[in-house]
Amino acid sequence: MISAIIALALLAAFFGLVLGFSAIIFKVEASPVVEQIDKLLPQTQCAQCTYAGCRPYAEAIAEGEAEINMCPPGGQQTIQAIADLLDVEALPLAGGEEAQEEPGPILAIIDEQTCIGCTLCIQACPVDAILGAAKQMHTVIAAECTGCELCVEPCPVDCIDMVGVEENIKTWKWPKPVNHINHPLPLGNFELISEKTAGSF
Amino acid sequence: MTEYFLLLVSTILVNNFVLVKFLGLCPFMGSSRKLEVATGMALATTFVLTLASASSYLVNTYILVPLEVEFLRTIAFILVIAAVVNFTEMVVHKTSPMLYQVLGMFLPLITTNCAVLGVALLNVQTGYGFFESVLFGFGAALGFSMVMVLFAALRERLAASDVPEIFQGAPIALITAGIMSIAFLGFAGLDKGL
Repeated sequence: MISAIIALALLAAFFGLVLGFSAIIFKVEASPVVEQIDKLLPQTQCAQCTYAGCRPYAEAIAEGEAEINMCPPGGQQTIQAIADLLDVEALPLAGGEEAQEEPGPILAIIDEQTCIGCTLCIQACPVDAILGAAKQMHTVIAAECTGCELCVEPCPVDCIDMVGVEENIKTWKWPKPVNHINHPLPLGNFELISEKTAGSF
Repeated sequence: MTEYFLLLVSTILVNNFVLVKFLGLCPFMGSSRKLEVATGMALATTFVLTLASASSYLVNTYILVPLEVEFLRTIAFILVIAAVVNFTEMVVHKTSPMLYQVLGMFLPLITTNCAVLGVALLNVQTGYGFFESVLFGFGAALGFSMVMVLFAALRERLAASDVPEIFQGAPIALITAGIMSIAFLGFAGLDKGL
């Protein structure tokens, strides 16, 4: 009886020790950079960066495999934030001139007359902004839609349109902060000021 | 050499753990809906079963038998298997992230699989030596993997076929498993032939 208790206790203690120590020895350091980049990304999981989601894209950036300008939902703000974090040059958004000019917020709208209730767009939506059931008409919850356009592709009857959000008292937002690429700092003025102030010291 | 081969064949086909001994049915039904998942599960099980039969043999022979506390076998085996699997998971996570991604969450899940404990206990009951125990565990795992992959493939076909409404989902899966089990009972004759 006693030997049984001791044997089991010793066995358990031994394995406990082994596991405890190996947890320290074999600890996998999750790269803190990945975490930080992941936090800056918009988490729409839209995969427009060609990676499976925001986290894989963050990992790719951290390993230097991907450029920092491949996130259309994040836009220039995200690029700037990542550039500041990694201390690299901010790049214009990938996709050329077209992607460069920000068209303002857009939303998906489902034409409810044409919708056949196939639920394909519901599966595609990364933020669960589409409401509906099989063979029932679907609709988009405007407040949740991020305008990622992922639902447009799978629709078999092409009943989803991307429309710009009309600016009214309900949808108006403060303009986004000025970013360095589109509006470089007025260097000339800055020098002028510093010259002026230099004399006073 | 021949007897080892016989042992392997008999554990894979004749005494298949899932379809003849009816052990490890939960992963068999639970994670066989997709082929990739089933393959991951099968790989993880192969890994754990082989490891578990080796470690439980060692614990039984060098700790439980000398101390004459064989009645602790079940609880000691559970402890050993859980600890070894957790340890392996950590090592794999550290040394081979690729393998970790494939086996992933299946590794800790498989610990509580009845097939794992079943192999360890059957090893002791049949009185296998160390090498035979490992081979038995490996053979059992191979049999499990084969059945898993076959069944997952069958279920993928079933998902696309026109099943009567009352049989859809779990019922048809259970019927399929039953028919597979009957088919595997046909291997019972193989034992005497060899």
